[in-house]
Formats: sequence, structure tokens, C-alpha cells
Amino acid sequence: MKENVVIIGGGIAGIEAAKQLLLLGYCPIIVEKQDHLGGHVAEWHKLFPDMTPAKDIVDEMTSEISGANVFLETTVSSLNRLSGGYSVVLSNGIAIVCRAILIATGFHLFDAEKKEEYGYGIYNQVITNRDLEHWFNSGKDARIDGREMKKIGFVHCVGSRDLKAGNSQCSKVCCVTAIKQAIEMKEKFPEAEIYCFYMDLRLFGKKYEDFYINAQKDYGIHFIRGRVSEVGEKIDGSLQVKAEDTLSGKPLKVSLDLLVLMAGMVCNPKTTEIARMIHADIDTDGFLRSRNNIYNIMESDRPGIFLAGTCTGTKTVPETVAEARAAVLSIHNYLSR
Amino acid sequence: MTDFGFTRAKSSTVNLDEVDTSLYRRILQVEPDVRRCMECGSCSAVCTAAPLSGMSVRKVIHALERGVDIAPMLSGCMLCGKCTMVCPRGINTRHLILSLERYYKKEEKA
Repeated sequence: MKENVVIIGGGIAGIEAAKQLLLLGYCPIIVEKQDHLGGHVAEWHKLFPDMTPAKDIVDEMTSEISGANVFLETTVSSLNRLSGGYSVVLSNGIAIVCRAILIATGFHLFDAEKKEEYGYGIYNQVITNRDLEHWFNSGKDARIDGREMKKIGFVHCVGSRDLKAGNSQCSKVCCVTAIKQAIEMKEKFPEAEIYCFYMDLRLFGKKYEDFYINAQKDYGIHFIRGRVSEVGEKIDGSLQVKAEDTLSGKPLKVSLDLLVLMAGMVCNPKTTEIARMIHADIDTDGFLRSRNNIYNIMESDRPGIFLAGTCTGTKTVPETVAEARAAVLSIHNYLSR
Repeated sequence: MTDFGFTRAKSSTVNLDEVDTSLYRRILQVEPDVRRCMECGSCSAVCTAAPLSGMSVRKVIHALERGVDIAPMLSGCMLCGKCTMVCPRGINTRHLILSLERYYKKEEKA
């Protein structure tokens, strides 16, 4: 009989892990709270750096796990340590006994309303990165449709690198996402002036810097080094955005038709809940603690509990997929001891 | 207006709605690489004239984008070309200065 491995979270980490577990002859069981697989990636339109449609990635990955047990709209009700394993009780009443569990619960998108000074949820012209991807996918958003778009702004680091918001971490992907979305908006509104307000541009990944150079050179996107301090609505319905132009040391203001907030990644509260059930440690950054942050990110300090993806910190899609594969190898080694 | 013996300082705020970017757009026609500038400051750091004259290619490019008059700064440049040598984005900064000089010369004639 094939051995069960419970995967909590059906995002790209969970899907990739399930695929690899199937190949190794295990019986992966995915527990996903939403009604579809793919997590945050499934909500995105195109992915950097090659503008790959997110749907294609999720569809292709999902097509390879037809042999896995997938429970959608299901959560973990309880998690108990047995001798040599765990008993997992799901919200649908099913109980599973297994020796290894993979936590792939992912991140939570920062709630942009918490940064009141940016006016999300107050002004109609303020949206988030996720709202914009949703608009790219659906073509429907009353805040964009039928409105004139002459000037568009992007605010980097919304809820990231922000101690007051409780998140000291850099979300890693927002810089390049802002550049990607700025290019996409320039393609949709060629006449618009587009401004990116950044503190630092952290373009560490493969071809990210090329993306930045393209945005500057081929799309004429303006990069202003300075964190947006406040946003207000003007009498004509446009937004007044203020920041410091730190490279000239002068205050700067501009009126915009649309402002996109790059909400960052924060720890998923669901992850913390699950960690508590098995007394797994939380790291000082609020994410799950790995056995070792350098060479053993995929293992927790609890026997049989493995970690993959953004439950241990902010990550890109390729990093998450690679980690899921690595976690499966750790699980395989653990189970074949 | 009554003279109180003092005046209010002019606001230093850059209002992007009102900046005149006509020169910037004109220069981009001949120097499109300027757009690639990431304001690292290498050009200004290497500049021999900078400590003595306030010349800074980075500031010139920044001011150009913000519609600020850059003519006074240009006279500090000796066209040695060290800035072009160090620019990591491959901008021909020396040529940019020449193009700007050429523009201002034309303005003078007109």
C-alpha cells in the first residue's frame, strides 16, 4: 500500500510536491481551503520575467497530479502527534494517519487598507497589485473602466520593510512586479505617463534587471526614489500624491488618475494556527522556523513536519517550486530511513 | 501689499504636473540612452570638475527630467569623458553634454 503524505495548501508548492511524491510512489493528499488549486499564482495574469500566462503554469502543473487526492474547500481541524506519526482531521470529517506532513500554506497579501495614508478603500482611484492582475484577467474593474488614464503611479513596498506595519521583511517580488505591471499598463495606455515610487529597487532575479532597463528605455517609465508619504483626492477627482524626490532632496507632488499599491507578502495567519497545533516554532520574522535557514529550509524542528514555499519567508515562484522538490526529497529520505 | 519687511520663501516642491519637459523630450530624440540612467552617481564621483564647479552629470540628467534649467552647470564640464568610461549603463554622457551644449548654442543664436 502506498504511504500517505499530507500536504497542507494547494498552491504551487503543494502541487509541485504532490507531483514529485507521486513520481516517487507515495500517495499525496492535498488539503486546500479554496475551491481551486494554484493559490495566489492562480489569481495572477502573467508572470515575470518571460510574461508567461500564470494560468498556463497552474494548468500544466495541475494536469500532472491527477493521481493525487485533493480536498478542496477543506481545512485542517486538528493535528495530533502519534507515536511515529500524525493524525490529521480535516474539516470534512476525514481523518488521515501519516508519518510525514508538508506545510505549504503560503503567504497572506498585506491588507493595504492598513496603510491609511495611501487611501486604499477610501479613494476609488487607489487599487492594489492583486486588483490590477484581476483586471488584466477579467477586464472588469469600475475603478479603471471608462476612465481616462493619463498618469498612473505605482507605490513599491506597501506593508513591506515597514516596522510600524509589523513587517520588517522585503517581499522580494514587488519591485519586479511593479515594473511588469507598469509595462503592461503602458502597453494598454501608451499615452500615459507612468511613475514608480521606490525606496530601493531590488532586482535580484534572472532577467529582472533587464526588465528594469526595458521599462526605462523602451517604455519611458519614470522611477522616482522616494516613499509616497500621503495621497489625497483633488476637486477634479484625480489623486494628489506626495513624496520626496530624494535624489534632488526636494519635496515632490504629482496628480494621478490611478495609483497601484504593491502590497507585500506577510505571514499567513492560517500557518501560525497550524504551527500551534504541532508546537512548531515561529521564527523571529513571524514566518515558520526552519531547522536551518541556510541549508535546511525545508525541514522544521519537529519530526516528520516539512516546509515548502512562502510559509517560511517571502519567495518567488521558481524558488517555491524548487523548494517543494527539495522538500519531497527530504520527505523521501525521512520515510525510507 | 503692505511691506512687513519680510517675504515668504518660494516653495521648493517639484510639481510634476507643471514641469516643462520639452528639453528632456528633445534631448531624448538624440540621446535615447539617457533613459537608462539609474542615478548611481558614478559619473559625478569620477568627475574632476565636480568638487570645484558643482558639475554633476547625474544632477544634470535628474534636472533635465524635472525640467530644471541646467545651463549653469554645463559650463563646469571639461569634456574629459571619464564619466562615460565609468557609466555602468553605457550612456555616452560626454556626448550628452555636447548635445546639450549644442542645444543651448542654438537657443542663443535664435
